[in-house]
Amino acid sequence: MLTAALSIAFFSIAASLAIGMVRLIRGPHAPDRVLAFDTLYINTIALMIVLDIYRSTSVLFEAALVIALTGFVATAAFARYLVRGKVME
Amino acid sequence: MLDLLVSILLLVGSLFIVVGAFGLVRLPDFFMRLHGPTKSTTLGVGSFLLAAVVHTVDGGFTLRELLIALFLFITAPVSAFLLGQVGLRRHVTSRAPLPEDFPGLRREPCPQGSDRHPFPAIDQPKIDI
Repeated sequence: MLTAALSIAFFSIAASLAIGMVRLIRGPHAPDRVLAFDTLYINTIALMIVLDIYRSTSVLFEAALVIALTGFVATAAFARYLVRGKVME
Repeated sequence: MLDLLVSILLLVGSLFIVVGAFGLVRLPDFFMRLHGPTKSTTLGVGSFLLAAVVHTVDGGFTLRELLIALFLFITAPVSAFLLGQVGLRRHVTSRAPLPEDFPGLRREPCPQGSDRHPFPAIDQPKIDI
């Protein structure tokens, strides 16, 4: 039962990554692409968590935490660049 | 019993993540698309993290999962706010009208035969990050 649920979770995360990639390539405006990037890194965190449940380890949680930190900083930097034209002043 | 709870949490998280990604690709407007990833996907990751906590509860309980959940739940509204601000500043077309008291707002006359609300011009927005 847990194996089936893990399979469904892996499949849905893969589908979400593919859909986010579609929006990243096709997005009509720049903020759409940044939003797709945001979705992609959150889905990567979810993938790492489910992989840790699958392997019954807890080594990937630190990697997930680092991805969460750098992803938020990257989104904030993208937004700042799109608003101001430069990241740091 | 514990496996059943983990499975239910995984299924709920999968549902939320798929709904968020579907909203990202299917909704017609950038400001509508902003809702999918920032709420639904974050809730899905939160459900996955609860599943991880329940799964590792018998072999050494750690607070790292809850730390990731706390960080994501703090940063998702902040990044949504920043991206909405980008959409306002770059005049991304929206289907909803701006609020009446938006700072520096100039209303343009509505074009004939258009169902879309015209995006008003903004001079010198007073919002600061």
